[in-house]
Amino acid sequence: MNNSDKISNNKLGFIKNLGIFDLDRWEEIWITITHNKSRSILTAFGVFWGMFMLVAMVGAGVALQRGMNSQIEGFATNSCFVWADRTSLPYNGLKKGRGWDMLNEDIPVILNKVPEVQYLAPVLFGGGGTNNVTRNDLAGTFNVKGNYPSYNMIDASKMVYGRYINDVDIAEKRKVCIIGERVYEVLFPTKENPVGKQIKVNGIYFQIVGVGRHTSSVNIGGDEQETVVLPFSTMQQAFNQGNVVHFLAVTAQPGVKVKDLEEKIRTVLKERHNISPDDKSAVGGMNIEDQFTMFLYLGIGIASLIWVVGLGTLFAGGIGISNIMLVTVRERTKEIGIRRALGATPRNIITQILSESIVLTLLAGIAGLVFGVGLLYLVGVGLSQSDQFFKDPQISFGVAIASLFILLVIGTLAGFLPANRALSIKPIEAIREE
Amino acid sequence: MITLTDINKTYYTEATSLHVLKGIDLHIAKGEYVSIMGASGSGKSTLLNILGILDNYDTGEYLLNNKLIKNLSEKQAAAYRNELIGFVFQSFNLINFKNALENVALPLYYRNISRKKRNIIAMEYLDRMGLKDWALHLPSEMSGGQKQRVAIARAIISEPKILLADEPTGALDSKTTVDVMKVFKELNDSGLTTIVVTHEKSVADETHKIIHIKDGLIENIENRR
Repeated sequence: MNNSDKISNNKLGFIKNLGIFDLDRWEEIWITITHNKSRSILTAFGVFWGMFMLVAMVGAGVALQRGMNSQIEGFATNSCFVWADRTSLPYNGLKKGRGWDMLNEDIPVILNKVPEVQYLAPVLFGGGGTNNVTRNDLAGTFNVKGNYPSYNMIDASKMVYGRYINDVDIAEKRKVCIIGERVYEVLFPTKENPVGKQIKVNGIYFQIVGVGRHTSSVNIGGDEQETVVLPFSTMQQAFNQGNVVHFLAVTAQPGVKVKDLEEKIRTVLKERHNISPDDKSAVGGMNIEDQFTMFLYLGIGIASLIWVVGLGTLFAGGIGISNIMLVTVRERTKEIGIRRALGATPRNIITQILSESIVLTLLAGIAGLVFGVGLLYLVGVGLSQSDQFFKDPQISFGVAIASLFILLVIGTLAGFLPANRALSIKPIEAIREE
Repeated sequence: MITLTDINKTYYTEATSLHVLKGIDLHIAKGEYVSIMGASGSGKSTLLNILGILDNYDTGEYLLNNKLIKNLSEKQAAAYRNELIGFVFQSFNLINFKNALENVALPLYYRNISRKKRNIIAMEYLDRMGLKDWALHLPSEMSGGQKQRVAIARAIISEPKILLADEPTGALDSKTTVDVMKVFKELNDSGLTTIVVTHEKSVADETHKIIHIKDGLIENIENRR
């Protein structure tokens, strides 16, 4: 039988030479990989473990980051707080250790002299003793705070019911209040809508206009969940606080360093209250931006370390594959020689060895990815209710794709050396080898 | 078909050099059945390797099927080996994890023939060798004679212009040797130029022309027809 028709050049040959669509070659690769299963599995384990560790660690890093972020969720990270403290230096004939108060009049001066202020919220604190908040025969001991509407721009509460304090409440000194979720639970055990209902705070009736859920773990003047917030002006008048301001919450305009803003406000306050410009402790302050930046750098540090260690492990796995494949090529010297004698081109040999390396790396890597994601899922399910500092361990789709790309690179690099070794095999020497 | 003119080949090691072929002139016509004989170290295997484009020569000229075989790239050499030459080796050189059918079909894989098509062709060739029922067996499950017939099927599946056999019966018993030589004879009768390197006189006697090599030179050519 004449085969010339059958074995004439296949017109699809050039497509096959591209390799990717060559099913035969994939079958060929599969036969080689499965021919020595235990060796292939041992070889692949390094990459599997590297990928598994990378995914697990990146997921854990993400969970830590999310945990940290949840601690400050809803809290403006460009904020600082200022309060009056005792002086530490004598000034203008006044002794050191003098107490002083911030006053309502300071506010417009600060806003005027410090244009870097974005939001400014004066705050007033008040207690009231045991069971200071009551509704009919229900009572609880809660914090009481006087706020401006702008406070919710700095330390946001999500409104579960109703609204936050507004400008009209301040202007008309309305007897209204916002209660925290815990206050709501105690005073409204039947979970009814509390908006419009009256409660007594330190003996005075206030109408509830909203229930706030506090998401951040940063609390100013007590747990916001256990706080009744009144309009600042109402609280000053109703509880005889005069024109005193206990606390200032401030955020900086975009691009302004909070540290600089804090310093300017201190300077204004010192000028207005006869305090030495060198007095470091007369105006107390706290800078959230510094804390947040520390968190941020900590997160970046952890993430970088994870990637360095993870990629190192993955590369170690790749080196393992390369090593084993070098041994494999040595063992297959004769086979490669035979293939070359039968017409395999250098490209055929290189693509075969490279493909084997890539397939082995990718299979092992994908298995590591799947197991890693599975582990993260299980840990996530176990944690979902409890831990606040370790939340939703996951890796993003982008990270998964990037990892696969890295695997592809590792697989190619791992196969490169063995492929070159295979290419250097002379068919004649290989065939002679027994 | 084959014309060798003043072919020289020297092997170099770090300290010494060995002039293996010292000016070989040889012409083998289409359809000839030739054997090459010589003592160990005479250069007969080197000559076969050069003929099979498995090794290079230093000086001279080698024309195969009117193509000059000189300074070929690896890719060209691979293509010529695939198109023009069929190899049969003493130790069969089958790939041990492939069955008989896959081994026979392998040269067609490097011609980008589809698996289905090459398996059909490979089965025909196995059938010609009387091994149809052994198609799915691994080499380790076959006798020496069977393995050599699989190797012959693999060598001729791509319809080469010449068949080169290096001590093809060296690993076979006398009865199997006769069977294998019969196959070579049939192939030559069908028009395939066949060259056998052997040190067995009985094998050489089957061919039409015996080329005796000694110390890298053709000592004499014995025409037997």
